[in-house]
Amino acid sequence: MDGITKILYDMSAIALSPATAAFAIAAIGLNVHFGYTGLLNMGQAGFMLIGAYGFAISVMNGLPFWLSVLVAIAASLVFALILGIPTLKLRGDYLAIVTISAAEIIRMVGRSSVLNALTGGSNGITGNSYRDPFNSLSPFPDGQTTILWFTYDNTGVNGWWIRIVGWSLVAIFATFVWLLMRSPWGRVLRGVREDEDAVRSLGKNVFSFKLQSLALGGFLGAMGGVLYILPASLQPDSMGRSMTFFIWTALLLGGAATIFGPVLGSILFFALRIAVQGLAGLFIPSSIMNSQQTEQFSWIMVGVALMLLVIFRPQGVLGNKKELSFNA
Amino acid sequence: MSPTARKSFSHRRVRVTFGTLLATLILSLAVLSGSSAAVAATDCVADASTACFFGTIRDGAAGIDILVEGNGQKVTVKTTADGSWNAAVTVAGTYTITLDPKTLPSSVTMKGEAAQSRDVTLGARAGVLFSTQTTDASGEMTSSTTTTTSVTWDRFLQQAASGLRLGLLLALAAVGLSLIYGTTGLSNFAHAEQVTLGGLLAYVFANVMGLNIYIATIIVVAITAATGYFQDLILWKPLRKKGLSLNQMIIVTIGLALALQYTFQYFIGASTVRILQNNAEIVNFGPVTLTVQSLIAMGVSVVVLTLTGLFLLKTRTGRATRAVSDNPALAAASGIDVDRIIRLVWTIAAGLAGLSGVMLGLVLNGINWMTGMQLLLLLFAAVTLGGLGTAFGALVGSLIIGMTVELTNLILPGDFKYATALVLLILLLLVRPQGIFGRKERIG
Amino acid sequence: MPDLSTNSRAQLAQVEAVPGSSKPDPILTVDNITRRFGGMTAVDVAHVEVQRGVITALIGPNGAGKTTFFNLITGFDKPSSAPKLFGGPSRALAAKWVFNGRNMGNVGASKVAQLGMVRTFQLTKALSKLSVLQNMLLGAKDQAGENFFVALIKPLWIAQEKANTDKALELLERFKLLEKKDDLAGSLSGGQKKLLEMARALMSDPVMIMLDEPMAGVNPALTQSLLGHIQALRDQGTTVLFVEHDMHMVRHISDWVIVMAEGQIVAEGPAETVMSNKAVIDAYLGAHHDTDLGDDSLLDEGVSQTPEKVTKDPKIDQETHS
Repeated sequence: MDGITKILYDMSAIALSPATAAFAIAAIGLNVHFGYTGLLNMGQAGFMLIGAYGFAISVMNGLPFWLSVLVAIAASLVFALILGIPTLKLRGDYLAIVTISAAEIIRMVGRSSVLNALTGGSNGITGNSYRDPFNSLSPFPDGQTTILWFTYDNTGVNGWWIRIVGWSLVAIFATFVWLLMRSPWGRVLRGVREDEDAVRSLGKNVFSFKLQSLALGGFLGAMGGVLYILPASLQPDSMGRSMTFFIWTALLLGGAATIFGPVLGSILFFALRIAVQGLAGLFIPSSIMNSQQTEQFSWIMVGVALMLLVIFRPQGVLGNKKELSFNA
Repeated sequence: MSPTARKSFSHRRVRVTFGTLLATLILSLAVLSGSSAAVAATDCVADASTACFFGTIRDGAAGIDILVEGNGQKVTVKTTADGSWNAAVTVAGTYTITLDPKTLPSSVTMKGEAAQSRDVTLGARAGVLFSTQTTDASGEMTSSTTTTTSVTWDRFLQQAASGLRLGLLLALAAVGLSLIYGTTGLSNFAHAEQVTLGGLLAYVFANVMGLNIYIATIIVVAITAATGYFQDLILWKPLRKKGLSLNQMIIVTIGLALALQYTFQYFIGASTVRILQNNAEIVNFGPVTLTVQSLIAMGVSVVVLTLTGLFLLKTRTGRATRAVSDNPALAAASGIDVDRIIRLVWTIAAGLAGLSGVMLGLVLNGINWMTGMQLLLLLFAAVTLGGLGTAFGALVGSLIIGMTVELTNLILPGDFKYATALVLLILLLLVRPQGIFGRKERIG
Repeated sequence: MPDLSTNSRAQLAQVEAVPGSSKPDPILTVDNITRRFGGMTAVDVAHVEVQRGVITALIGPNGAGKTTFFNLITGFDKPSSAPKLFGGPSRALAAKWVFNGRNMGNVGASKVAQLGMVRTFQLTKALSKLSVLQNMLLGAKDQAGENFFVALIKPLWIAQEKANTDKALELLERFKLLEKKDDLAGSLSGGQKKLLEMARALMSDPVMIMLDEPMAGVNPALTQSLLGHIQALRDQGTTVLFVEHDMHMVRHISDWVIVMAEGQIVAEGPAETVMSNKAVIDAYLGAHHDTDLGDDSLLDEGVSQTPEKVTKDPKIDQETHS
């Protein structure tokens, strides 16, 4: 039973981790795109990466913390405009194709050896080079604190400070989206999701609303990206297409077009994946599946889960089948 | 499979057949499980008390020394036969990872930093990339990033030839992608995985099992075509009948792509494998140098594309395919068996993608689990450029994209070449969103 | 306001019943508008005017180009004869249409609606996963809460929202949809969706409302009151242009009828005059001209006794009348 206890511990630790909070924020952004507006953004990781680069490079070049966050936001908004303006007047697939491509381009250009001095090339940027301004904001004294069975540094590389900030941001952004979605603005977005032409015939500038939605979700993606790299390092290769797909899986798991869906989905996504990997490691002999393969197996299961979810329960855990964001 | 058997099969519930699909996928790759033994040798499992560093020396061989040092820990590991390595540490923090250049094979030299610094947290795995370059027998540099030199006429011709080669090989996959889009309206994000599958199967048959490359190619095309057939039988047709929206189907293809990528990794590992071990002979046409493999691949591609074109233009079934592409409802009303055409399109598309994968694997000096994924962008750019759903547009689009990508190398470093393809795509969408050959959609 | 409408109708009596005749007070003037799809010309209208403050019917057989004409006028489609920067048609032959004194070439669909020309669709576009009330509220124009930043602060838009809700409830009441207000629009019947769409269009107080087959699929028990609503709209000063196949309706309420066939305007005039026009009988009625065009009793008294018919698919309706 020892192994099971460890899996449970790992599951609870990952559910609380800042990476999960970062995913949740990015998923909230994707929910604005897909859940509420029906936009197929297949490049959410690109928004995260561009936010992360914007923030990290700004700090490294001596900009103050808050200004660096603003740079990250500005970068994501510009990115949204560049992607949105040519595609949002066209069929939905075009946005999907352009976003998935653009996200990859950001990654490839970022890891290019030519930009080594700026982005660190394929090695990325180590956390030490941009983390300090954030940690110096921490009001906590040095030392460690244990809450329940979790023991972390108060501030440190990956401690309580980043966890508290991360999950507070999740709460703030979820509230923010809730405020917007109950308003007439949110109503127009949902109208656009259902039928663009109908909304157009009522005198709404559909293109403008879609662009606003893309920018808002992209901004949330960038915030997720900044949070994602703070306790770790900026690795362009870890923020590629797979990450976008994981965010999609998390969103659909929790339930698109709901406020808590993306948050719950992110937590479930990581916890369940750890469970699959852990259980496979425990019960499948290593002659059949070695430990590296158990990890890959868990990712295969993510892909399969995504397919099954979309086919059999497109509304996710929290969603309402009647208010499904997929158009029939 | 007889028509009656097919019929009874397709009537089963999606739920039942779904498992079968996965089983088929895993079975079709089960042959490969032997090759994964190498990965198992030096493993590192990240858990609450352990963190892992890992990486693969791209042009590597066994026995390269990697030293991981920091936080009072010092771990030395050697790479395995495929150039991969793993190192475990038990304290979180920043480490310095150093590659010992003296242990590199003689043909490989260090290109990037030999010592790098990395952060790791417990329970995490951190990848470390060392950039190296190889000088192989042909004298062609096969490093991942080509350095920029001045634009000369000779280099222009060389890059144009590479562009034509890439364009032709892309076209094989793009035509299928476009046909699927045309007949079903689906943007298949898993299409690139068919390309990878082709390349990896060719590795298994030609390299691991030692079959003649031509025989291996024929087998691979047959198998990949079959995967297309069964995909439609087991997955797409039932989903169409179930009435899934296109958005849902697109996400299903993404889930499939994800599952397939990790399935490839599961069996083959993360390293690049070569379909043929020996170095290819080269042929010179004035300033242009191409390998014999490249020439054959281009020839095969031209022949197959021509045959596909003739099939679409001259045969009854081909014309029916174009009719379905134009207007499925009208085609069905005029007595065309739309489901049969779509099944055929899936089969052909997957087979062409498999062939493309084999040849890309040969031409690009190897194939790995993400080769297809990297091409997906170019495929979509090509298909969109030509006009979504028009097969001939896909061909022209592929040639343009292939040329753009390779010619970009003349003035920009290699990493930017895909970016130019995207810029081209975005500009085109601004001025002519329906693509070069696409027709304007009727609105309202 | 009723004066205006009566006056407008009186003016129509002076107008000559020929295609492209000029009206004393046109709200919409269209010139040289053509639309080709491949080799087929869907719309080719040289000149047409729509009188302000009256109900004008646009009739014609299937494929006459009525809906395409609607799409062109409302900015959902672009005429092939649109003026182009290079190589387009000459100025005199280029498409030009003026609504309420404003040139509407190159005005997008949403802007057209904002300017007061609001349309409905032949195939209803109810937003199925929004409630009926939400659908209605979406129709209101100039909502402060539709600005991103204002939306965040409820007090800034709640008063307007309340006023819009009241107006929406009143309209729903009038269209007999009040008890459905919290249902998802997708759960309504085809006819109810038509009603909802019309009510939603009225939320913006349009200057001119363009209805694409408003009666198709509507429960016959409701048609009488619907016709009443349309007439009331006119009497309040709204101009109505509608496409319809139902001859009773056309005859019953329209002040002026425009007939299209094969993309062109073939006849114009008051309903009675047009119905007996040879060109119309040939083009529109074709071989069916001796069939009964309508049983007027349905529209007169005793509507409530008519047994409820199952709402029909608008497409089927079209075919039975063509």
